[in-house]
Amino acid sequence: MTTLTDPPKEHFRLSMLLYDTRYRSATIQVIALIGFMLLAAWIISNTIQNLEALGKPVEFGFFAEPASYDINQRLLEYTSRDSHLRAAFIGLLNTLVVAVLGCITATVVGVLVGVLRLSNNWLVARIMTVYVEMFRNVPVLLWIVLAMAILIESLPAPRAFRGEDATASMNLFDSVAVTNRGVYIPEFLFSRSLGDIHLFGTSSIRFDISLDLIAVLIVLGGSIFAMRKVSAWAAAKQEATGDRPTIWYINLGILIVPMLILLTILGFHLGYPELKGFNFSGGTHMRNSLIALWLALSLYTAAFIAEIVRAGILAISKGQTEAASALGLRPGRTMRLVILPQALRVIIPPMISNYLNLTKNSSLAIAVGYMDITGTLGGITMNQTGRELECVLLLMLVYLTISLSISAVMNWYNNRVKLVER
Amino acid sequence: MKKSVILGVATIAGLAAGAAVAGTVDDVKARGKLNCGVTTGLVGFAAPDANGEWQGFDVSVCRAVAAAVLGDANAVEFVPTTGKTRFTALASGEIDMLARNTTWTFSRDVDLKFEFTGVNYYDGQGFMVPKALGVSSAKELDGATVCIQTGTTTELNLADFFRSNNISYEPVPIETNAEAQQQYLAGACDVYTTDASGLAATRATFENPGDHVLLPEIISKEPLGPLVRHGDHEWGDVVRWTLNALIAAEELGVTSANIEEMSAGTDNPEVNRLLGSEGTLGEMLGLDATWAQRAIKSGGNYGEIFAKNIGEETPIGLARGLNAQWTDGGLLYAPPFR
Amino acid sequence: MSDVSFVRTEMLPEQAPPASEVGAIGWIKHNLFSSWFNSILTLVSLYAIYYVLSGILPWIFQSVWNADSLNQCREIMLENWGSTHGHACWAVINDRWLQLLFGFYPSHLYWRPILALILLLVALAPVLYSDRVPTKMLIFSAIYPFLMVWLMWGGTIWGPVSAALGFVVGWGAYTLLSKQLSELIGLIGAAVAAVIWWLVISGYFTGAMDSILPIGIEAVESRQFGGFMLAILLGVVAIGVSLPIGIVLALGRQSDLLIVKYMCVGFIEFIRGVPLITLLFVASLLLNLFLPPGTNFDIILRVMIMMTLFSAAYMAEVIRGGLAALPRGQYEGADSLGLNYWQAQRLIIMPQALKISIPGIVSTFIGIFKDTTLVSIIGLFDVIGLASAIRADTAWNGIYWELFAFIAALFFVVCFSMSRYSMYLERKLQTGHR
Repeated sequence: MTTLTDPPKEHFRLSMLLYDTRYRSATIQVIALIGFMLLAAWIISNTIQNLEALGKPVEFGFFAEPASYDINQRLLEYTSRDSHLRAAFIGLLNTLVVAVLGCITATVVGVLVGVLRLSNNWLVARIMTVYVEMFRNVPVLLWIVLAMAILIESLPAPRAFRGEDATASMNLFDSVAVTNRGVYIPEFLFSRSLGDIHLFGTSSIRFDISLDLIAVLIVLGGSIFAMRKVSAWAAAKQEATGDRPTIWYINLGILIVPMLILLTILGFHLGYPELKGFNFSGGTHMRNSLIALWLALSLYTAAFIAEIVRAGILAISKGQTEAASALGLRPGRTMRLVILPQALRVIIPPMISNYLNLTKNSSLAIAVGYMDITGTLGGITMNQTGRELECVLLLMLVYLTISLSISAVMNWYNNRVKLVER
Repeated sequence: MKKSVILGVATIAGLAAGAAVAGTVDDVKARGKLNCGVTTGLVGFAAPDANGEWQGFDVSVCRAVAAAVLGDANAVEFVPTTGKTRFTALASGEIDMLARNTTWTFSRDVDLKFEFTGVNYYDGQGFMVPKALGVSSAKELDGATVCIQTGTTTELNLADFFRSNNISYEPVPIETNAEAQQQYLAGACDVYTTDASGLAATRATFENPGDHVLLPEIISKEPLGPLVRHGDHEWGDVVRWTLNALIAAEELGVTSANIEEMSAGTDNPEVNRLLGSEGTLGEMLGLDATWAQRAIKSGGNYGEIFAKNIGEETPIGLARGLNAQWTDGGLLYAPPFR
Repeated sequence: MSDVSFVRTEMLPEQAPPASEVGAIGWIKHNLFSSWFNSILTLVSLYAIYYVLSGILPWIFQSVWNADSLNQCREIMLENWGSTHGHACWAVINDRWLQLLFGFYPSHLYWRPILALILLLVALAPVLYSDRVPTKMLIFSAIYPFLMVWLMWGGTIWGPVSAALGFVVGWGAYTLLSKQLSELIGLIGAAVAAVIWWLVISGYFTGAMDSILPIGIEAVESRQFGGFMLAILLGVVAIGVSLPIGIVLALGRQSDLLIVKYMCVGFIEFIRGVPLITLLFVASLLLNLFLPPGTNFDIILRVMIMMTLFSAAYMAEVIRGGLAALPRGQYEGADSLGLNYWQAQRLIIMPQALKISIPGIVSTFIGIFKDTTLVSIIGLFDVIGLASAIRADTAWNGIYWELFAFIAALFFVVCFSMSRYSMYLERKLQTGHR
C-alpha cells in the first residue's frame, strides 16, 4: 500500500473478485458470512417450527413462578415459595462458592505437591508422583463420587455423638463436629449487631449485607493503611539514619487493638454447634456435598497444577540461583525476587486454564447432590417446568460469563507480572 | 440477499417437513420394533440383567405392547432415560411410549402435551426411618435430614408437606436410588423418602430389613403409568387397551397357563371378545383379532407380572394394596371390553 | 640408617568408604534421613503408606470371586471371615465384566470392536512411531475410519464405501476446477460436489450396489453400544473427526480475514467457556429441536456430534500452539518459494506444526476420554451408567466400591499408558528440535 505511483486504474470486472487478491479476501469473507447466516437462519427457523409443533413457545415467564422446591445450602434467604429465578441465583452463588474455595485449595495443594515432587527425600517425591498420576488419570466424575462415598462411609453419623456411650466426640474443645452429614464449625455472632442493609428490594437477586461485616472490613482496612504508614516512616528513617527502628510490635498493636475494641462493642461471640434433635444445630454447617465436591475438584486440579509448578521451577536455570547468591541475596529473597517472578511467567497461563477447568467441572455437582446452578436451573427447574431450551441456553450463558470473567481477570494479572521482553 | 436467505430456509424446511408425519402405529409396524423408554435402572421396575436383557414391571408393559402390535414380545428397543431426558425423548419421537414410573399430573398431561394411557401402579410418597430413631409419624420429623431422589415429583411433595405442617427439614438431593440407599444406611440422612414401592424394594435388599420402618403417612398420590405423545389417538388407544387387557385378564381369570385353552372359546362372552374368538375389537384398534392374546402371553396377566417382578414372592416383596383388582378392594378397574 | 625415609613413595590402596555412606544404608541416609525435617517427612510418609495399604490390601485380596448375588457374597464372607466388612465382593465384576467392557453389544460379535481396536493401533502406528513404520502404511490410516465405522455398526459395506467415495468425488472436483479456474473455486466446488454426493447420490449408489453385490455383516444399532467400549469409541471419534475441524479453526483464528477470524474465535471461546455437561444437555434435549421437524437420530450419534464440536475447540488451540511454535522463517521461506497459502500450509507449515502438536493432541485425547464418563449423567450406559444399572439389579443392589474400583483401574491403565507415551514423544521431539 506504500507504492509511490498510483496503480493503473482498471475497470472492475466480476472475475477480479476471484483472481485479484485485493478483492478475493472480501469475497471469501462475504461467502463465509452468508454461509454462517444461512446456517443460523436454518437452525432458528427449525427451532421455531419444532417448538410450535410441541406447543412450547419460547418465553421466560415461568422464571417468576414459585420454584416449590427447597435448597439445602443457601447463602441468602430462600424458601420454596420463591421464584425459579431466585433459585437459579442461589445456585449460582453455590457454584461460585465451590469454585473459589476449589481454586484456592488447588493452588495451595498444587504448589506444595509440585515443590515436594522435587524434594530430595526419595519417598516423599515418589508418593507425590503416585498422587499426581492417580488423580490425573482417573475421571474427575469418579473422584467426586468416590470422595462423597468415603466421607459418608468413614465419618460418624450424628447419632454416634448421642447418649452415654457415644462412639464419637467433637473436636477442638467441643467446637467442631465432624459428621458424615458435614462439618459443623463455630459461627461468628454479634449480640449488639448493627443490622443489615437490604439491597434490591424484593426482586430475585435481593440480598442483605451485614453492617457488622462492613464495620470489621473498614477497621481492618484502616489498620492496614496505618501499618503501611508506619512501615514507610521506618523506611524513611532507615534511609536517613541507617538504623531501622523496631516496629513489629507497633504494627501488631495497630492491627489488633482497634479490632478488639470494635468486636467488644459489637458483642462478638462464637456460636457453637450442639446436638439437638436429629442433627447438630447452631454453628456453620458445611455440607458433605460441598466438602466432597470441593475436595475432589481441588485434589484433581491440584495434580495438574503440581505438574505446572514443577515445570515452571525446572524451567529456571540454576545459574539464576547462583547469580543471586553471588549478589549476596539470602535464599528467601532469592526465591521472592529472582526465581518466583520468572517461574510465574511460565506458570500463570496454564494456571488460568486450570482455574477455568475447575469452575466448569464444578457443574458435576449434581453427581453428589450439591445444588449449584446446574442442579437448580439446569436440574430441578428444567425438570419441573419442561422448558429445556430456555434453561439450557441461560445455563450456558451463565457459565460463559463466569469463564470469560475469570480469563479476563487472570489475563490482566498475567500481563502485570509478565516481564517486558525486548 | 435477506430475501433469498429466508426463501432458501423455507424450501429446505418445507422439504423436510413433508417427510415426517405418519401414525405411530404404522411407524412401529414399519420399523418392526417398538422404542420404549424406561429408567436407567430401578430395582424391580426396569434393569438390564447380565445378558443385557431388560427385566421388570415397567418393562413387561413395553413387551406386552410390542407383542400386541408386532406379535413379538422381544421386538422392543429399550431406551434408558433419566428424569431429565424422558419427556424430551418422547416429545421428539425418539421413543414411541414411555414406561418409566412416571407420575400422572395435570401439567404433564396438559402443559407438556402428553397422554397418560392409564395407571399400571398406584403409588404414593412415603418415608422410611431406622427403627432406632423411635419415630412413629412423619410429623415428628422436625429438623430431620431427608434424602430425596431429584428429578421427580418427590421433592415438590416434600417441600409442600413440610411447609404445610410448618416443620423444618434439611433436604439432601441425590441422583440415583443406589446412592440414596448408601447414604441412608450410613446415617448421612435420618429419613429416606421416595415412592412407597421404591422404599419397600430398597428396604428388602438391606442386610437387616427389620431395623427400618416405613412411616404410616403417604404424603402424595403417585399414579404411575405409561404415556404417549398427545394427539396420536390411535396409538394412545393401543397402549391404553393393551394395559387394560392385562388388567382385565386378571379379573376374568385369564392367565398365561390357561390362555391357550380359553382362546378356543369360553362361556364368558367378554373373555371371548378379549381374546378375539368373538367380535372385532382387534380390528377396531387397527390390529388383528388375537392382539390381546399375544399381549397376555408375553408375560402373563397383570397379576402374574406383578407377582413375578415385584410381588411378595420376590426379594422386593410388595403387597398388592391399592394395586389389587377392584373386586378385591383395590383400584384396578379395567373398562369393559365391549 | 641414613637412607631411611619417612616419606611414602607409593600410593596407599584406596579404602572403602565408611559403611554409612554407601550401599543401602548410605542411600537411605542420603535420600530419606538427610536432615531432621526429612526424617520426619519420611516417618510420616511411611505411616501414611502403612495406613492406606493396611486398609486396602485385605479388602482387595481377602475377597469373594464366585457368587451369584450380593447376599450370597455376604454369606460367604460371614462363613470365611466372620464379618462382611473389609472384604471385596469381586463376584459382581466376575459376573458382569463383559457387560462393563462392551455394553449391550451382541456377545457373538465381540470380535468386531476388538478387531477395530487392534486395527486402530495399526492405523496409528505410522503417525505415532513414524521412524519405525513405513510411510506407506498411511494409506491404511486413511482407509481406517471407514473400516472402523463398518466394523462397529456393521450392515452393508457399501455405506462406508460410498461415504469414502464422497471424498474422492470432492478431490476430483477440486483438481478439475482448480486447474481450469482457480484454487478458491476448486475448494468450493469440491465441497459442493462432495455434499451433493453424500446427500443426494450416495443413497441410490448404496442401494444399487447392495442389490448388485450384497456384501455385509450383521448390523448393530448404536443403542447397543455401551460400557468401556463406548468411552473409547466416543473418544476416538471425537478426536478423529475434530482434527480436521480443529485445523480449519486454528487457521481461521490466525487468518487475516476479519469476519472468518472472529467467527472462529467466537466458536472456540464459546465451546471452551461452557462445561461439557451443558453441551451434553444440548445433545440430549435440544439438538432435535435445531434440526428440521421429523428428523431423528439416536442419542449416541448426537453425543458424538457434540463431543466432536467440544474437542474441535480444544484441538484448535493445540494446533494453534503448534503453529505459533514454528519459526517465522518457515512461513517466510514458503513465501519466498512462491507457494500460495494452501500450498504453503499443505507442504511446509502443517506437517511440521502437526508433528509438534502430537503430545498436545494426545493429552487432549486423554482429557476427552475421561470426560466421556459424563454421558452417564444424560442416561447413556457407559461404564458409570452401567454400574448404576447393575446396582439396580436385585442381585447386586447395594454394591458400591467394587464397581468403582474396577472402573477407576480401567481408566487409570489406559490414561496412564497414553500419558507416558506422550511424555516419551515430547522428549523425542525436543531432541529433534535442538
